[in-house]
Amino acid sequence: MKAIVCVKQVPDTSGKVAVNPDGTLNRASMATIINPDDKNAVEAALTLKDATGCEVVVVTMGPPPAEGMLRELIAMGADRGVLVSGREFGGSDTFATSQILAAAIKKIGLEADDIVFCGRQAIDGDTAQVGPQIAEKLDIPQISYAADIKVEGGKVTVKRMLEDGYMTIETQTPCLVTCIKELNAPRYMSVGGIFGCYAKPVDVYDYNTLKDDPLIEADTIGLKGSPTNIFKSFTPPQKGKGVMLEGADKATCTTLAAALLKKHII
Amino acid sequence: MDFGLTKEQALMQKMCREFAVNEIEPIAAEIDAEERYPHETVEKMRKLGLMGIQFPKELGGSGGDYVCYSIAIEEASKFCGTTGCIISSHATLGAWPIYKYGTPEQKEKWLRPLISGQKTGAFGLTEPNAGTDSAAQQTVAVKQEDGTWLINGSKVFITGGGIASTYIIFAMTDKSKGNKGISAFIVDENDPGFKIGKIEHKMGIRGSQTAELIFEDMVIPGDRLLGKENGGFKIAMTTLDGGRIGIASQALGIAQGALDQAIKYMKERVQFGKTLDKFQGLQWMVADMDTKIEAARLLVRKAAWLHDQDLPFTKEAAQAKLYAAEVAMDVTTKCVQIFGGYGYIREYPMERMMRDAKITEIYEGTSQVQRMVIAGQLLR
Repeated sequence: MKAIVCVKQVPDTSGKVAVNPDGTLNRASMATIINPDDKNAVEAALTLKDATGCEVVVVTMGPPPAEGMLRELIAMGADRGVLVSGREFGGSDTFATSQILAAAIKKIGLEADDIVFCGRQAIDGDTAQVGPQIAEKLDIPQISYAADIKVEGGKVTVKRMLEDGYMTIETQTPCLVTCIKELNAPRYMSVGGIFGCYAKPVDVYDYNTLKDDPLIEADTIGLKGSPTNIFKSFTPPQKGKGVMLEGADKATCTTLAAALLKKHII
Repeated sequence: MDFGLTKEQALMQKMCREFAVNEIEPIAAEIDAEERYPHETVEKMRKLGLMGIQFPKELGGSGGDYVCYSIAIEEASKFCGTTGCIISSHATLGAWPIYKYGTPEQKEKWLRPLISGQKTGAFGLTEPNAGTDSAAQQTVAVKQEDGTWLINGSKVFITGGGIASTYIIFAMTDKSKGNKGISAFIVDENDPGFKIGKIEHKMGIRGSQTAELIFEDMVIPGDRLLGKENGGFKIAMTTLDGGRIGIASQALGIAQGALDQAIKYMKERVQFGKTLDKFQGLQWMVADMDTKIEAARLLVRKAAWLHDQDLPFTKEAAQAKLYAAEVAMDVTTKCVQIFGGYGYIREYPMERMMRDAKITEIYEGTSQVQRMVIAGQLLR
C-alpha cells in the first residue's frame, strides 16, 4: 500500500506579492512555502502511514529548487520524493499540469490499494482543479474537500465539508482525495527526520522519463498544452474600512436601517 | 571558511522557529506567572526529538549536532527562557555525562530513555555551602560491603528537581582528597531514601522547577557509579563545559527575542507625531544591541562547532557564555527602556525577558567563574 501525495511550492503570500509587468507572478522575487492545503494532504498520508505502515511518496512539479520542499516533507516522515521537472513542462495550466502529474503517478506505479492525496487548492491559483483532473486522467474515483478520512481494507470513507453541510462518501481504492485544513494539524519536521532526509531518495522525472505515456503529447503539456489564457492580472483595490455600529438600542437600529437604505440594500 | 548553516541545520532552524511561534510563545507568559512546568510543551518536544538532538540515533538520540542543539535553545529562548533552560539542562547536564562516561550497560539502561524522550534528566552538584567551591561537598557516599553505595546529604538549586526521573549526583567518596575525592552517581527518582525538598520561587525562568534534593540513607546499587571512583570532579567540569554552550544559546535567544520585539514596537509606537524608529537616539541603541548580539552568536556558534569537531572548547564555551549572558542582560535592560512604562508591566514580555536573562549570568558557573576558566586556560 502506498500513499502518493501531490504537493506544490507556492509564493508566500503573507509577505509582499510581486507581479511582473505582464501580469504574471514574479515568483523569483518571492519567498516560497509549501502550499498550506498540501501540508494537510501530507499529514493525512502520514497518519495513514502511522496506522498501517504504508509507504508515503511525495511528488511535485516545479523547478529544481523544489527539491528542498520534498526534503522538508521527508523530514516530516515521507519515505521518498519525486521531482517532476523539465523545460517542456513550463507554463502548464491546470489541465497540462494534471496530464503531467497523472503520468508521473503512473510512473511511480498506482496499485490497487493505493491512495492519492492532494490539497484542495493552491493559494496562488486557487482553482481547486488539479486534484480532480488527475483523478479523471487516472480514471479513479475522487472525493474532494475531505474533513475526515477513514481507511479500512480497500474501503475509503470520507466526510466532505461543503458550504452548506457535510456529505459522507465511501469508495474503493485506488482513489484520490483532496484535503482541507479542517482535516488535521500538519506535524512538524522531526529532528531525526531532518538528520536523514538527505539520505532518502528523490527521483527526478524529466520529459524523457514521461514522454512515452499517452498523456504526454506536445499539445497536452506546457504552455502549448494549456487551454487557459491569462487575459489580465491585477491586484484588486483594497475594500474601504467597514463601519462599526455599537449598541442594542433603537437609535442604533435606526442608524443601521438608514445606512442600509442609503445603499439600496433594503 | 564558511559562516553558513548546513542544509540540515537550516531545516532545524526553520522547524524550531515554527515550533517556537506556535507552541512556545502562546504559553510563555502563563507558565511564568503561574510558575508552572510546561509538561505539554516538553511532551511535544520529546516526540520531535528535541530532547536528544545531539546524540547518535543508535543510542536513541536524534542524530544531530551541537550547532543544532544551540539553534533549538536559541529559537525557544527568543520567546521563553524557561523552555530554553529545559532543553539545555536535560540534554547536557542530565544525559551527556552518561553518554561520555557511562558503560554500555548504563547507556542502554539510563541514557536511551533520556535521549529518546521517555524520561527527563537533571544534574546535582551545588550544595548550600558548595557553590563555585565544589570541593566543599558535604554529601557523602560510602561503599558498603555488599557493593552498594550509601549516600547522605543534600543538593540545592537543582534545575528540573522533582520533574526529572534520572539524576547525576556528585558526592565525596574520599574527603581527604578534596576535588579528587568526588564521585558521580546515577540516581533514580524512586531510589529509597531519595526525596525532593524545597521547591524554590525564582526571579526568572519560573516555569522550570528548581528544587532541593535530599538523600537520607539512600542506598543505590554498585553499578550506579558513573566513571571512576573519585573521578567525579572531572565529569562535573567537562559536563559544565558543554552545558555552557546551552546557556550561552539561551542568553543569545533571550537577547535576540527582546530586540526583535523592541524593533517591532518602535515601528508602531508614535510619540511627537512619529514612530520611535525615527528617533536617532533609539536607532543607535538598536544598532549597538544588534552588533553585540551578532558577536555573541559568533562566539556561541564557534563553541558549538568546536564541540562538533571534537576539538577543545573549554575556553570558547566559557567566553560564549560570559559574553552572551552579559549581552542578554544589557539588551533586555535596554529593551525595557525602549518600551518605557509598557516594558515594566507584565502585560508585555519585556520585563519577563529581563528577569529570565539574569540567570544566564549565574547558573552553570557565574560570569566570574567564566573569567576564572578563561584565565585558567590562558595562564596554565
